[in-house]
Amino acid sequence: MTDYDAVIIGAGHNGLVCASYLAKAGKQVLVVDGRNEPGGCASTREFTPGFNVSDCAQWLSQFDQSIVKDLDLKGAGLRLGKAKATISLQPDSDHLILDGDHVTGAGIDAVDQAAYRDFRKMVRSFAKLMTTLYRSRPPKLVEQNWTDRLTLMKLGLHLKLLGRERLRDLMRIVMINIYDVMNEHFTHTALKSTIALEAVTGTNMGPRSPNTVYSYLHRATGEHLGQTGTTQVIGGMGALGKTLASAAEKQGATLKLGAAVTAIVKTDDRVSGVKLASGESISAKVVISSADPTTTFRDLLGYHQMEAGMAKRAEHYRSRSGTAKLHLALSALPTFSGLSDAQLAERLVITPSMDNMERALNPMKYRELSDLHTFDISIPTAEDPELAPAGQHILTAIVHYVPFSPDIGWETGRPQLMSQLLSELESYAPGIGSLVTASELVVPSDFEASHGMTGGSWHHGELSIDQALMMRPFPGSTQYATAVDGLYLCGAGAHPGGGLQGLPGRNAAKEILKRGALS
Amino acid sequence: MNQYDAIVIGAGHNGLTNGAYLAKAGLKVAVLERNPYIGGATVSRELHKGWWYSNCSYVSSLLRPEITRDLELPRHGLQVVSFGGGATFMRNGDHFGNYSDHDRHYREMARHSKRDANAYDRYAADTSLQTKLIRPYLMRTPPDPTSMKPRDLRDLLEFARSFMDLGEEKLLDTIKFWTASVGDYLHEYFETDVIKAHMAGSGIIGTALGVYSPGTAYVLLHHYMGDVDGNVGAWGFARGGMGAIADALSKAFQSYGGEIICDANVDEIIVKNGQAAGVALKDGTEYKAPIVVSNLDPKRTFLDITNPSDLPKDVLKKARNFKIRGSSGKLNIALDGLPVFNGLDPRNRLMAGDLHFSDSLERQERAYDDWKAGTWSKDPYLDMMIPSLTDPTMAPPGKHMMSVFVQYAPPKVEGREWTDEDKDGFEKSVIDQISNYSPNFRDLILHCETRTPREIEAEVGLTEGNIFMGELTFDQLLFNRPFPGYAQYRSPIKGMYMCSSGTHPGGGVMAAPGANAAREILADLKRPNTVPGGYADD
Amino acid sequence: MSDISRDTMLLTTPFHSRVEAMCDLNDWGNWMGYTTPNAYFDVELEYFAVRSTTGVFDLSPMNKYRVTGPDAQRYLDRLITRDVSKIGIDRVGYAIWCDDNGQIMDDGTIFRLGEQDYRICSYQRADDWLAWNKLGFDVTIDNESEAVAGLAVQGPTSCTVLTLLGCTDLNQLKPFGIAHYTFEGQPMMVSRTGFTGDLGYEVWVPPETAEALWDQLFDRGHDYLIKPIGSYALELARIEAGFLQANVDFMPAEEVVRVGRTRSPFELGLGWLVDFSKPLFNGRAALLKEQANGSRYRFAMLDVEGNKPAEHSFILKGDKQVGTVTSAAWCPTAKANIAYAQIEMPHGAVGDELVAEIYYQRELHWTRLLAPCKVIDAPIFKSPKRWQTPAPPH
Repeated sequence: MTDYDAVIIGAGHNGLVCASYLAKAGKQVLVVDGRNEPGGCASTREFTPGFNVSDCAQWLSQFDQSIVKDLDLKGAGLRLGKAKATISLQPDSDHLILDGDHVTGAGIDAVDQAAYRDFRKMVRSFAKLMTTLYRSRPPKLVEQNWTDRLTLMKLGLHLKLLGRERLRDLMRIVMINIYDVMNEHFTHTALKSTIALEAVTGTNMGPRSPNTVYSYLHRATGEHLGQTGTTQVIGGMGALGKTLASAAEKQGATLKLGAAVTAIVKTDDRVSGVKLASGESISAKVVISSADPTTTFRDLLGYHQMEAGMAKRAEHYRSRSGTAKLHLALSALPTFSGLSDAQLAERLVITPSMDNMERALNPMKYRELSDLHTFDISIPTAEDPELAPAGQHILTAIVHYVPFSPDIGWETGRPQLMSQLLSELESYAPGIGSLVTASELVVPSDFEASHGMTGGSWHHGELSIDQALMMRPFPGSTQYATAVDGLYLCGAGAHPGGGLQGLPGRNAAKEILKRGALS
Repeated sequence: MNQYDAIVIGAGHNGLTNGAYLAKAGLKVAVLERNPYIGGATVSRELHKGWWYSNCSYVSSLLRPEITRDLELPRHGLQVVSFGGGATFMRNGDHFGNYSDHDRHYREMARHSKRDANAYDRYAADTSLQTKLIRPYLMRTPPDPTSMKPRDLRDLLEFARSFMDLGEEKLLDTIKFWTASVGDYLHEYFETDVIKAHMAGSGIIGTALGVYSPGTAYVLLHHYMGDVDGNVGAWGFARGGMGAIADALSKAFQSYGGEIICDANVDEIIVKNGQAAGVALKDGTEYKAPIVVSNLDPKRTFLDITNPSDLPKDVLKKARNFKIRGSSGKLNIALDGLPVFNGLDPRNRLMAGDLHFSDSLERQERAYDDWKAGTWSKDPYLDMMIPSLTDPTMAPPGKHMMSVFVQYAPPKVEGREWTDEDKDGFEKSVIDQISNYSPNFRDLILHCETRTPREIEAEVGLTEGNIFMGELTFDQLLFNRPFPGYAQYRSPIKGMYMCSSGTHPGGGVMAAPGANAAREILADLKRPNTVPGGYADD
Repeated sequence: MSDISRDTMLLTTPFHSRVEAMCDLNDWGNWMGYTTPNAYFDVELEYFAVRSTTGVFDLSPMNKYRVTGPDAQRYLDRLITRDVSKIGIDRVGYAIWCDDNGQIMDDGTIFRLGEQDYRICSYQRADDWLAWNKLGFDVTIDNESEAVAGLAVQGPTSCTVLTLLGCTDLNQLKPFGIAHYTFEGQPMMVSRTGFTGDLGYEVWVPPETAEALWDQLFDRGHDYLIKPIGSYALELARIEAGFLQANVDFMPAEEVVRVGRTRSPFELGLGWLVDFSKPLFNGRAALLKEQANGSRYRFAMLDVEGNKPAEHSFILKGDKQVGTVTSAAWCPTAKANIAYAQIEMPHGAVGDELVAEIYYQRELHWTRLLAPCKVIDAPIFKSPKRWQTPAPPH
């Protein structure tokens, strides 16, 4: 007899979704996490007294609607803000505004406006197609069984439905870079770079890097799954974590927080449970890890417990990231040139031209700091004032490209980067520096330490094609099962990958149930 | 008088090959060449008295043996001789040598890392598997995956089967290989920077991507899939320079009754009633033929010499979006003697191979950063050869000819056209780099021809100076080359075809595009096929 | 400046000066990048030295890896298919190792020199694979290939010869045992191992004492008819004795390019080396699957009628080709015509009667011979001396 049917490592969104589905099917599930709050990357943290910031993910746009429904997250209290427009800030204050299929401002002409509508339409048709693949376990290509064949047939049908020209477009662009695709479709510099920013968010790639079209489609597919537009979660992203936790508990899953897993335990030739930092051992029929593959295999299971070829594959799994976060506590609502106060509640982005994005990227490759960055800014308090003391505000921004650890070291590098970022912000929001009462910079190595994300990679591993779909995380450990009996993956390191989608957790639960691994 | 069965535009190796197979089938064929000499990018030119320069392409491996044999190129004077050796010279004064003998190669690698030396066997096996997958498709027309024609379905099925036969894990590894960066791919085998850098060069040559750009592992494969006398991956020199290949092809073509017309600068392809009818030259001369084959790159073919009104809109768009990026330049240098590099004895056999100075992936990536920023690499990746160490006809005895391929050089400098000052700056960055490793090099220079993308485009007609006539990225390979829907050598205009390196299987002196196109043309004419099939794989 | 005339020459072993002096035929081959003699004076006579007196073979090019550290045993247990803990200190074990697909990468011997101190002696180089296997283990791997010179001293008088050299009580050493001596003030290790199927030893010394070892060995062995033997004679002896060889009888898995050309232990008749009671070793999951689903091939030792060696022969069952021969020889001591073959399942079971399609040439005339053959269960040549302790004097 085991203590549980399944132990899930990590109370991030995927771990909790997986737990909910398993518990819903009547299984005894325990979720353990070293952090004291549920949610993982869906977390809110008081980074300075009175200021609560979504300290990792800040936008919700991709959360799969079927999960929202299946787990009745609305009933459990999930409240989303209104869908936001994206305002791409321009140096001359004539900003570019993207809202749905419409784009205005910054001198954009009718040709590019029409091109943008066509582009969105094309992307939606591809995203719809990818949805088939995203909602299923990734099919095996050679050792297919009927489930895989069905997925492939559905995919084939959708490919056929795309029409010959669209199919050819897809074949051509899916492996290339967003830089070329932007130049093929648009002439407007800021429009191109604003879209390109979506393609590189959370990665270590520049617009010229092949695979950025795939990462753009990945995001677009998420939006197709979410159907909410870009929103903020009321109460901060941690509210999503809490809602998912209570949904899981409602389904009968047990949560154990502040209980870090130190090892995945193997008995004979299969995984039999986990060991906690407290020394406590918990046994289960299966262990399902929502930690990233490197953490799971290298740190928790240990390479010595796997066959060497698999250890080699795990070791080669790449998790580089150039994503950092900037948190500012502001004594008042800041002023951005050319923006009304109401517009401060929208999503604000700052991005140089695509060529300059590439320039901004180069230093990161050589472990240096850049003098130019991209910003994806949220002022959550504009919509949700509760997050900060009355009349005061928070600015939080996703910033690219920041090295994992610069050669000069973070002790020297951190204040240097902070003042660099503030001076870049200052040119769009004059006087913002004087409003800052507290600030915090979370660099990739901090994310690795605080959220256990190897390399600081938000996606739990780079989303390049050679690590995506049926190759995720690596051959031999696809379809949520790993090469080690009794060990499964349900995190963003499994198909379909990163972003607040919840699909790896949902797909993994379905697969584990279907295999009868818990009976 | 100017009436032919077929006209081929451009007397490069693919144009001549295409012409030869059409003529062999009994067609009256003319190959038109803009320059006063033939060869296109496959030429030998005596630009300094007594020195012959292969001043564009400079080595041979990809030339399909089926074509060499079928067109009896050896009888027409072609002699391809293997070379061995090669080295990357390091900043610390050492070098990494590439010996052709397996055991010697092992020892040289082991000198840098025993683990790498051992991993090389695994690398060689895995890479060979990939070349074996692609080689059977070189002498074939790529199937159209969106087509329902029996032939396409059959070919696709066969194509799919060869991949399925690999088994799940090897198939996924293959997909990984085709989509990975050469830097990441090599990292799965080797730990030593100079060894990785030495091999990574083949992943970026002629390509507007860096060693860390996904897709460059395939470019590496493109340089490995050729062979000399069945020795897969080996490279050789055409004796007398690369022009010897064009000469032999032209003789083969003429032996079948073909006609070569030089100084014939095509202005436009004449189309009548939606059917190709001939070409008009810039000087007004017209040549008539129901078959017109363009050996120009896809951009020139559809945007320069075809009247836009004769083309569907989507083809114009596809041609405009076709990626053909200038990324390289070349120096051809006449030397008074042999330079000494990092103290290596110039008699060392390594000197007869490809020589480089980029001893780390980071240096190669920084060279690419310069290209992205619109300038030539300040610390370029060089692929340097001294063919006169293998072929005595290239320079007077005791003197040497040096060919220096330079990666990267942008098509435009910071958005503007190249100037002579830019060209001098480009030349200086190359000469300076070589001199850093060779104290006597500078004094040996007798003459130097410097070719930036500007010169290559102007003289050879390669758009942006791109040596492969289009990037070798997956979006432009196989059934996507040059564009989806037009990968079977037919243009949208009846009677007009493509046979350049811009079509499958792509660039390099391979001659397969020319041959494959001829097979399709003959099929459309319902004539017996004269093009040989590929040798079976073992 | 490097000396270009020597630059691409093969390496030589620490015994080379002596080997060269005795190599009357001047017939050299390349083994692992070393100049090694194919034959010294007469292949047949060299072979009989092993079977009747003492033959000496220079083993130095073998790859030797020292594995030490707290996890050494656990490391090896994951690497190889058999139970390493069963190899006692100063004992040697024959072992194979597989990749994750259960396909053989190489075979070799594991010398246990201490509690957590082992030496792997392998035919193929293994630096890369051994390094990958280190992930997660606290071990140190040292490539000792050049630091250890080795001689195989094999044959009925070998124990006597080595005893005269100073190996006291060597006759008490059991098969696969290790004894330690001092030679010329340097350590000398002697293991009762070999590749000939006869009584025999392998002697391991630092390269500095190699030449002295050779000299004294041949001096002491003179009256016991000691002879040097080359690769050809060893090849004959190993086929007769039933030993497989990498790159001949199987392809090392990582060097295989073509799909389906690798082999599992079961397919090479080495299933007895696979210990499923261990919870983890490379290839375990795949081999369990193979055990359940069946293998593709079977290793068959064939007793071929007639006296024409079935080298490179096709093996037929009726009209159907069911396999190919990997090694074959007429065995002078067993007086048998032996061949090793890879036979497609379900053929090749012991007792199965097959036909070898042999081609041989005499005076430029080729003859095709269809020789009946039978699958046997063990080598016909069996020397009781190989297993006797104390070792017989001659």
